[in-house]
Order: sequence, then structure tokens, then C-alpha cells
Amino acid sequence: MSQYLFQQLINGLALGSLYALVAIGFSMIYGIVRLINFAHGDLVMIGAFSTLALVTAGVPWPLILVFVLTIGAIAGMTIETIVFRPIRGASQVTGFIATLAVSIAIQNSALMILSGQPRNFLFPAGMRQRVGLGGVNASLTDIVIIVLTLALIAGLFLIVYRTRLGTAMRATAENLTAARLMGVAVNRTILAAFAIGSALAAVSGLFWGGKFGQIDPLLGFVPGLKAFVACVIGGVGSIGGAMMGGYILGLAEVLFVGLLPQEFSGYRDTFVFLLLIVILLVRPSGLFVRQTEERA
Amino acid sequence: MAATQEVKPSNDTAVGTVVPRGGFIAAALTVLAAAAAVFAAQHGFSAYVVTLLALLFINAALAVSLTLTNGLTGLFSLGHPAFMTIGAYVAAILTFSARRKGSMLPDLPEWLAATELSMLPALLIAGLAGGIVALAIGGAVLRLKGHYLAVATLGLIIVVQGLATNWDGITRGGAGLSGLPRHVNVWWAFGFLVFVVALTWRMKFSSLGRAMMAVRENELAAECSGINAARLKILAFVVGAVLAAMAGALLSHLISVVTPKTYSVLLAFNIVVMVVIGGSGSITGALVAAAAITILSESLRPVEESVGLYGLSQVIVALCLILVLYLKPAGLFGSGEPAVVRRLFSGRKEP
Repeated sequence: MSQYLFQQLINGLALGSLYALVAIGFSMIYGIVRLINFAHGDLVMIGAFSTLALVTAGVPWPLILVFVLTIGAIAGMTIETIVFRPIRGASQVTGFIATLAVSIAIQNSALMILSGQPRNFLFPAGMRQRVGLGGVNASLTDIVIIVLTLALIAGLFLIVYRTRLGTAMRATAENLTAARLMGVAVNRTILAAFAIGSALAAVSGLFWGGKFGQIDPLLGFVPGLKAFVACVIGGVGSIGGAMMGGYILGLAEVLFVGLLPQEFSGYRDTFVFLLLIVILLVRPSGLFVRQTEERA
Repeated sequence: MAATQEVKPSNDTAVGTVVPRGGFIAAALTVLAAAAAVFAAQHGFSAYVVTLLALLFINAALAVSLTLTNGLTGLFSLGHPAFMTIGAYVAAILTFSARRKGSMLPDLPEWLAATELSMLPALLIAGLAGGIVALAIGGAVLRLKGHYLAVATLGLIIVVQGLATNWDGITRGGAGLSGLPRHVNVWWAFGFLVFVVALTWRMKFSSLGRAMMAVRENELAAECSGINAARLKILAFVVGAVLAAMAGALLSHLISVVTPKTYSVLLAFNIVVMVVIGGSGSITGALVAAAAITILSESLRPVEESVGLYGLSQVIVALCLILVLYLKPAGLFGSGEPAVVRRLFSGRKEP
């Protein structure tokens, strides 16, 4: 494998990790309450700015990771309790507009508090060096992002498939009413899903600054939309699908920019959303989901 | 063909099909009174206020046009800004002075670079362009429902923005086209609003409008009673897109600039908020909500600037929406028109 292609691959996997972390939470929330949560992307922004604040305060990095997970979880639970719980059971479109409203409210509150000026922040110098891997080299930041993401996803799978909470989540996703009748504390389970999903999105925000070096209050919007694209690729509602979708999207974007002539690179987002529309039309239940789920 | 045949005003006496003369006179008098008010405003207030009034009219027209697509037919489209951008660029390229086009837009075909139209033909061609694009993608996208359609149309905004940003030789890229001729004044906006309201009203209170509402309530049942739902949805989508493209053309010639970001997702959100707050399908509701939200955000602008809290008005609009969803999920007027308005303009009760 040539050096260039290898770097593109690592770069694509790192970008895909950012998307996968957002998409998994997005997909969990959709799976359980059938809500397309557009405010989910803004948790990336909240995670990014929390990281900046913690770095500025001199908190060591391992602790920052724990703090950001916690902050994301708290933010997600707050949004669920205040806005989404009261309208649970309303039509899908009502729910969708409400999440759009929450997203706009969060973005503009952040603009008011933080101003639109982009801020710089970087991972520590030790993490930004390049490392050799059998004759080729890659950015350590990207490798750290990929490894940590995979660890977090492994942890998530343990929770979902090996704990009582996970069983409750899967039961609620299957059939909310039946789960309640079987004694599952549905409200608590939904809250937990929001907490876990939001925590993962916030960590994606932590990585965002490290990878791109710059953050601003509106940075969450596009990842939020792309998380949806990733979910559509993998099949909305499936956690594994969302993860795969995130990685496919990340790789596709990097290859699109890396392999096509320079003048096409501006069309990256155009390409992603055309891809979305095409997949919605051709394989509406996602590339990996066998059964045809209703799309209404 | 079923849907198009139903458009023709028939002479049957089915309830609400025929707009009685009384309603027409009331409508004409209202338009005259409103025109007199606009005239008074034009001569009594500053140019700034008159421009705001024009902005309000165009916003109201946008909200009413979205009532047709989202409110009556129940398609949840967020694509208005995409069509506005298309309309704005098409009209801008047509009205731009041929002298400046040569240097600013090198990739234009020669015949287009030499063209310099006045506002009305440019406006009509802009609407046509929006309609053609909507027709081309509608057949595919409208197979999606609910929030899938919403996200696909949201994607459409980003696709159009991406094209406008990167197609340098035609659009001047991210810098956009500035210094457009200021062809549009408050009268253009007023005329456009009257046209949109009349068209939407006429469509709503016809068999076509009822067929649209039937599709919204239950597509399968509507199909079973002989309505061609797919055709009807395309029609609602395309008409909405034509009006949006025209509104985009008017707005850009009012503020004399268009950039790829002029008509953004935020605008889509604001128009949808107007429709939801007013009540999906209510023309009166869309008008009232559009006026309220435009006035609210414009009156908060000085506050934002003096305190430096940019984004305040948008937060308030979002909170208003959430509040309405809590308290009055069907919006201010539901799907209907208030009794007074109905009695005045229809002459009889809504079925």
C-alpha cells in the first residue's frame, strides 16, 4: 500500500470515528423513541467547548475525557427531560420540528455566550507527532482517535448486550408499551439512552478540536446532518449500522477529496448529501438492514 | 389527469366550490385598503421601515406558499431556501448589467452574458427555473415521507449551496453577486403577496385543495377515493417551489445581493416556524405568524446590536415554537381560517 493511500485511510478512519460517535447516539435515540434528533449534533459543539474550557483550566487529559463524557450525558438528559419528554407521543414531524428548534436555540445561545469567533485548540504536542507503522507513517492524533473510539464503542456494546440496562433498552426499542407492561422503567431507560448517546457525541467534540484545530459555536450542525446520513447508510435505528455508516462516510469523504482533482474538493458536502438522497431512494432501509422497515 | 381536471372552477354547487361574488368584493376592498396603507407608509415612514415592510410581505408570501406544500398536502419540505437560491441566482444573472457580467462571470455562455432583462421577465424565468428543478427532483424525493423528506430537502439546501459556492464562473463563488439593480420596492413585494395569497386561497377552497387535505390526512384513503396522490404531491411541491424561487428573486433584488449563504437552513426553519405557529394549512395563520415573527426579530435587532447578543432573536423564535408545540400543537388557527375571515371572503362556511 502506498504511503499516500495509507495516510488517506487512517485519515478517513479518524474522520469516520468522529461521525460514528455522533451517529451511534443518533441511532440509539431514534431506535428507542423514533425521534430524529437534530439537536444531537450540537452536543459535539458542547463537547468541543467543554474540552477547550477544561484544557484552559489545566485539567489533565484522561480526566478531561471523563469530564466531557459526563457533561455530554448531563446535557443530553437535560434536553430530554425539559423538551422531548413533554412531546413524546406527538407526531414524528412535531418531534422533528422541536429538535430543530432546540438545535437553533442551542446554537444561538452559544453564539451569544461565546461569540462567533472561531477558537484554536490542539492536542498536546506529544500527540500531534507522526508515528511510523511498518514503513509508512500516520498522525498519532488520528490513531488515538480511532483507538479511543473503538474502545468506547466496545464499552457501549458491552452495556447494550451484557447489562440489565441494555436489555431494557433493546426491549424498549422493540416495543415501548410491551416493555412498560413487562416492568421496564421506560422513562429511565430512555433517559439513559439519551445520556449515553449524548456522551459519545460530546467525545466526538473533544476529538474535533484535536483533529481540525479550530472550533466555533456552529460546528455541530454539519456533523448532526452527517450523522443522519451515516445512519441512513447503515440503517436507521441500528447501532452497528450507524457505526459502519460513520466509517463508510468518513472514508468516502476522504477518498472523494483525496482521489479527485483539487477543484472538486469544494463539492464534498454536495457529494455527501447527493449520496444521502440516492441511498434514501435506492435502499431506504440502509445498506446492511435485511428486512424492509417502514419509512413513514 | 384527474388532478388537473379538478383545477377548473366548476359550476356545480358543491359546498364551498364556488367563490361567491360577495367574497370577491370583500377581497378587492381589503387589497385596496391594504394598498392605501402601504402608500401611506411609503410617504409617512423612513426608507428603512418601508424596506422592512417589503421584507415582511415577502416573508408572509413565503409562509403562505409553504402552507400549500407543508400545510395542505402534508409534505414536510424544508427545501424553500434551495429554490429561493436558484431563483435568486437566475434572476440576478438575467438582470445584471451586460457590461459587468463580461468580467465578473467569465463562464457564462455568450448569449446569456449579453442578456439584460428587466425585473418582470427575470422574475418569471426565475420561477420557471425553480419549478423545473422541483419537477426534476420531486418525482424521486416525494416518495419519501415525514422526516425523511425533511432531511432530504435539507440536504437539497446544502447541495444547492455547494453548487453556488463552487461554480465560480457562473456564480462568483462564495463572494456571491453584489450590487444587483434594486428593481424591487415595497409595491413588488405587496403585489407578490396578494398574488400568492389569492392563488393559495383559490387552490385551498377548491376540490383540488380538499384533495390535498385528503392526502394529508390519509394517503391510502385518498387514493381509494380516486385521488392521484403522487400527482397532487408533485403539483403542491412544484407550485411551492415556483413561488419560493420568485420570492428569492424578489428578495435578492430588494437587498441587492445574493450569496450562497443568503438563503440558509435557518431561513427554512423560520418559514416552517411561521407555518407551524399559524397552524398547518391556515392561510390567515401563516400571514399572522409571518408578520409577528418578522416584527419580533426585526425589533430585537437593535437590542442584539447594542448589547452584543447576536442570536437572541433566533433563540426567542425557537422558544416560541417549542411553547406553541406544548400549548397549542395544532397552531393558532389549526388547519382552517378564523370564522370572521371565512365569512368575509368565502361568503359561506367552510365544510
